[in-house]
Amino acid sequence: MPEFPPAYIVGVAETPLGKVTYHSELSMVAVAAQEALGEAGLQFRDIDALFTNYMGEEGSVQLGEYLGIRPRYAESSDMGGASFEFFVHHALLAVATGRCNVALIGYASRQRSRRSRPRAVSGNSGTLAAQFEAPYGIHFPIGHYALSAARYMHECGAKQEHLARVAVAARKWAALNPKAWIREPLTVDEVLSSPMICDPLHKLDCCLVTDGGGVVIVAGRERARDARKRPVRVLGAGESHTQWHVAQCPDLTVTPGVVSGRDAFGMAGIKPSDVHVFEPYDNFTHAVLLYLEDLGFCKKGEAGELVASGCLDPGGRLPSMTSGGGLSYNHPGALGILLLIEAVRQLRGEAGDRQVPNAEIAVAHGTGGLAFSTASTVVLARE
Amino acid sequence: VSDRSPPSLSEQGNADPTTEPFWQACMEHRLLVQRCTSCGKHQFYPRPFCLSCEAAAMEWVEAAGTGTIYSITTVRIPVVDELKPPYFLALVDLDEGPRLLTNIEADSARIGDRVTVAWRSRNGLPPLPIFRPDQR
Repeated sequence: MPEFPPAYIVGVAETPLGKVTYHSELSMVAVAAQEALGEAGLQFRDIDALFTNYMGEEGSVQLGEYLGIRPRYAESSDMGGASFEFFVHHALLAVATGRCNVALIGYASRQRSRRSRPRAVSGNSGTLAAQFEAPYGIHFPIGHYALSAARYMHECGAKQEHLARVAVAARKWAALNPKAWIREPLTVDEVLSSPMICDPLHKLDCCLVTDGGGVVIVAGRERARDARKRPVRVLGAGESHTQWHVAQCPDLTVTPGVVSGRDAFGMAGIKPSDVHVFEPYDNFTHAVLLYLEDLGFCKKGEAGELVASGCLDPGGRLPSMTSGGGLSYNHPGALGILLLIEAVRQLRGEAGDRQVPNAEIAVAHGTGGLAFSTASTVVLARE
Repeated sequence: VSDRSPPSLSEQGNADPTTEPFWQACMEHRLLVQRCTSCGKHQFYPRPFCLSCEAAAMEWVEAAGTGTIYSITTVRIPVVDELKPPYFLALVDLDEGPRLLTNIEADSARIGDRVTVAWRSRNGLPPLPIFRPDQR
């Protein structure tokens, strides 16, 4: 066990998911916060740290006002969809140094209902992206990830079937999750015959666009005693980021997960073979192959064969995307919060039909930005 | 009548003060990159220091305009009004070192192909550097 005052996830809840027309983003977070606080045996007034992203300018200020929280530790850093793994890392350190006792990490999006996803890089005149990316018609972010996937396949020998197999694994899990957006069975052939968006990424190599979000409550040992459900220990965490503009990435076959995974596993004192449940940020199918290699589950270039062997499936050696993931369960624009929630439910043993037997250690691995700009890894354990 | 010179590209919002020389050169179909006068390494986009040796001694030099495709995709859905899908979106490694996001004008192109710069004219904006494959 690591040598620092422990922090625990003491409550989790999804916001309403799918297509949400009867809530605002703020009210979605509020209802999820009440549910998560109920699990934690805590109230809004107990919260002294607040973390959010994508909730408007000065997001934590807007969310704090709405929830009636005046934190003494606050953050609304934009680390893309991985922000929430970054926030668990920061909450862990803030709890360990006594800067806070109870942290609320929350987020909600109605990107599907609002049809708010842009296709082009922000055309704000004068930015580097407006000058050097937008004129070339790069789709945001599928173009960035397609360039990564193409290079990865060229260099590491992965095949389209390997990528498609990731989507099939996610769908197998989604079939077991009543909250998943799509639950119908899926085959490799169906992925490969779905429309090509940006080669080599087909429509079904890309994650969903749905409404959703969630809340995660992190607390120190003292407040974790109030929890009505079994607290889950944060064993370790790590983070890093690399490029924003895709041309600035020196190697599109490697992600900053190399650094975040090394630090998180090192802090937790575990190795990849200790992991029972893996919740990777499956924004695109090839992304999962890169994470498996970067986090040390296999060597560079071996992930395709590993996935083809059924490793990620229900009953596989490394059960992954157990909610159905961003590919089949929900992708609210920033999936990272839902990875944490699913990991916690697996460790508590409350995942129903999709429960991984005897799950004791789970890893949530987030990514964000454009072609793996950011990465953060969180190691969680049942105590 | 004003004796002021016409507004620069950065004053029009189409460049920034550090990229103005690059876009000015594009108007003459010249592809510029930065070179460090201390260590000789090339870099792009421009910065006031060298990412390699950290010296603050950068100069603009004209690139040969030749390079190799590092990665490439075919965009098959509409993204911007100016480009009708499908079209090639690629990363090209210039022979001097810097990597550029660009379009490839060709019937076919793949990773590893040698390419040479070409220019796409634009309404009210400097010509855009794109690339065409060399004869195989």
